[in-house]
Amino acid sequence: MSEFRIADRVASVPPSGIRRFFELAEEMDDVISLGVGEPDFTAPWRARQAAIDSLERGRTSYTANRGMAELREEIAGYVERYDLSYDPDDEVLVTAGASEGLDLAFRALVDPGDTVAVVEPCYVSYRPGVTFAGGEVLSVPTRAEDGFELTRDLLERSGAADADLLVLCYPNNPTGATMDREGLAEVAAFARENDLTVLSDEIYAELTYEGEHASIAALPGMRERTVVFNGFSKAFAMTGLRLGYALGPADAVGAMNRVHQYTMLSAPTTAQYAALTALRKCADDVGDMRDQYDRRRRFVLSSFEEMGIDCVEAEGAFYAFPEAPGGDAEAFAEDLLEAERVAMVPGTAFGAGGQGHLRASYATGIDELREAMARLRRFLDAEQ
Amino acid sequence: MDRRELLELLRENARYSTADLARQLGADEEAVETAIAELEAEGVIRGYKAVVDVEQLDDTPVRAFVECNVALDRETGYGDIAQRLVKFDEVRSLRLVSGDYDFALEVEDDSMGALSRFVSEQVAPVPEVTQTVTHFIMTSYKEGGIEFGDGDDDDRLSVTP
Repeated sequence: MSEFRIADRVASVPPSGIRRFFELAEEMDDVISLGVGEPDFTAPWRARQAAIDSLERGRTSYTANRGMAELREEIAGYVERYDLSYDPDDEVLVTAGASEGLDLAFRALVDPGDTVAVVEPCYVSYRPGVTFAGGEVLSVPTRAEDGFELTRDLLERSGAADADLLVLCYPNNPTGATMDREGLAEVAAFARENDLTVLSDEIYAELTYEGEHASIAALPGMRERTVVFNGFSKAFAMTGLRLGYALGPADAVGAMNRVHQYTMLSAPTTAQYAALTALRKCADDVGDMRDQYDRRRRFVLSSFEEMGIDCVEAEGAFYAFPEAPGGDAEAFAEDLLEAERVAMVPGTAFGAGGQGHLRASYATGIDELREAMARLRRFLDAEQ
Repeated sequence: MDRRELLELLRENARYSTADLARQLGADEEAVETAIAELEAEGVIRGYKAVVDVEQLDDTPVRAFVECNVALDRETGYGDIAQRLVKFDEVRSLRLVSGDYDFALEVEDDSMGALSRFVSEQVAPVPEVTQTVTHFIMTSYKEGGIEFGDGDDDDRLSVTP
């Protein structure tokens, strides 16, 4: 052992809540995992081909800090489908995954002592990201009874009026909740009234199954106070290529780019070529994957219903967030894993509001899902 | 219920149980049964078959694509010629195609000799047939939309955020 003194802001962050569960699952054979937060599909072949082509042509140097101009233009055109309009020159930043984008935003926009309201349950990185930047996290828990949507009431009650920033993610990991324009308008009004900067993680935007994805940045008066994050990991099944982007007004994106240029320099070049082709030629692949997720979603929701498991109608991403039968999600998840080798992640790993729930990812082939549901059924029958 | 989506599922796996089809479609089982019966009655669904990798069988049948040119006359159209050819069990598929030849046949028989005889004795002598070109299939990498490789292992971590 060496004797490094770990910096407080790092030492104060607990290890990931899913870590222990991951270790349990890894020890066992024949586990069907509904605990995976990434697509089971591989990146579209055309996008992979583009990456290979770029390597063959020797495109292995840095790109512009903000990302290749061509890619930024393509991104700006692509997000118009969400009524978003950004100047590719100074309002689009290509990042190493949406995660880097969020980290850049925390570092560029949060001063020590600033309060960042985080809508929970949520992806596990927001809290640590805020802490690393020296900010204070204010939890805004959502509830099953609201379909895990964010409401003005929840914002008010959690004291978000005094926060400086608000982080939200819809379609949501881990709940699968989505928010329509109307619901977001309420949140937007609250943000404007209380002068909140909004960081909107829309990495699952394309994976919206009921209605259309709505971006809070497209609502009146929101563009100037919002940074939007998206990327290629989920809809394009390109997690390992590490490519995302941030969209926002020039001052915010410029500040983020200042951190980015000194830390990342530029997002992976090979991945940028893959992304360019993904946007230009892989819409059908995305559509096919979305159709398949949608069927699995219906399959899982129907199965839960048949088994008498309460679950909010998940309408986006690739997660359902059922209530754990018996109420103790940790115990249920461990017993289920032990007895039937099915892994679901206890909701507490995703922050406040997650207790008593399980995250079931349906980024798993339909045959495995059928088997997982059969095992779950058997487990519940044996419990009774 | 969305018939297009039901068909997509059946084309993906014709052995899905009605219950599993219903779950995936968000429909009830009875509606699925009815829709399938209708599709069958209308002739949209023509049959259900397994996709078999014949190279793994002990007695591997021999398969070939046959390009077939025909000459039409006033009394004989493509349909008439097709009607003669489809009757042979050896003909697994028969399609009228654009390009350098007219019909594309997929034929299957027990041996190369038997298949060659079939083409020369049953297809070539049809009066309207002017030319046949036979391509024996050497190996198959994908059939009916299913890849014949070993597949990719799921190399994802078992639990990720």
